[in-house]
Amino acid sequence: MSAALPAVGDVVAEREFRITRDALVRYAGASGDFNAIHYRDDVAAAVGLPGVLAHGMLTMGAAVQPVVDWVERMPGAKIVEYGVRFVRPVLVHPTDGALVTVRATVGAVDESLGIVRVDLAVTAAGATVLGKAQVRVSLGS
Amino acid sequence: MPVNPDLAGRTFPPTAPYLVGREKVREFARAVFSESPLSLDVAAARAAGYPDLVAPPTFAVVIQQASLDGLLADPDAGFAIEQVVHGEQRFAYTRPIVAGDELRGTLSVTSLRSAGGHSMLTADTVITDADGETVVVATSTLVVRGEE
Repeated sequence: MSAALPAVGDVVAEREFRITRDALVRYAGASGDFNAIHYRDDVAAAVGLPGVLAHGMLTMGAAVQPVVDWVERMPGAKIVEYGVRFVRPVLVHPTDGALVTVRATVGAVDESLGIVRVDLAVTAAGATVLGKAQVRVSLGS
Repeated sequence: MPVNPDLAGRTFPPTAPYLVGREKVREFARAVFSESPLSLDVAAARAAGYPDLVAPPTFAVVIQQASLDGLLADPDAGFAIEQVVHGEQRFAYTRPIVAGDELRGTLSVTSLRSAGGHSMLTADTVITDADGETVVVATSTLVVRGEE
C-alpha cells in the first residue's frame, strides 16, 4: 500500500480494559502461569503485597492488542519487536477489578527502513504501569 | 540463596516440542482481550495469507516459560521462583506464531549482575520451528531478590 506514512505524535489507537479476577483466572489457564498471587488474597498478603495483582504478561499482552488491530488494517505491515518494563503492579479489586487504559502514539518513523515505533502509555488507577512500552512495526514493501 | 554466578553465559538444552493448537490460540487470544479475526477465525487468517490462526504477539511467553522452568529446576541455579520479579520483557519476531507450529525454546543466560542485594538476570529464549528456523526471540530480565 502506498498510504501516507504515520507521523510522529499520531495517536494510532486507544482502548480500555477492565481486568477482573475472572480475567486473571482465564489468563492463568491460557498461559500456564498459576502463581497464586494472581488469584488468592491470602497468598498475596503472605508475601507482603497489598492484594491480588494482574500478571504482568496479561497487562503486556492486552496493551498491544489495539496496535495489532491497527497493524492488521495495513496490508503487508507486521510487528517486528515489542518490549516493556514492568514498573508498577496492577492491583485487581475483588469486585471492581482494575481499569487499564492504553494510548498508542507514533514515537518515531524510520522512512528508509519502513519501521514505525509506536509508544504505549499504559495506566491503571492513574499511574503508569508499563515503562518504555514500545512496538516496532514494519510497514512492509 | 544467592544466584550462582556461573550461570552467566550458560545455554540450556532445548525444551520439548510444543505443538501450537488452534483452540489454544483462541483461548490465549480471548485471555488477552484480542479482537483480531486472525486469532479467532481460520477463514480470516487464511484470507490474510496465513496457514492457520495467528497467535497474539505475547503467546511466545508460553514457550519461554517452559525454558525458564528448565533454568529454575536446575539444582545449580541457586534461586527459587518465589524470589523472582519480572523486570522487563521483549520479543523480537521473524514471523508470527501460527496454529500448527511445533516450537522449541533454547534459553541462554546473557547477563547476570548484582544491584543492591538483588541479582538481575537477563535470558534470551530462541524459539525455533520444526525446520529449525527462528520464529521469535523472547528476552526476559528477572530481578532475583536477595534473602534480606
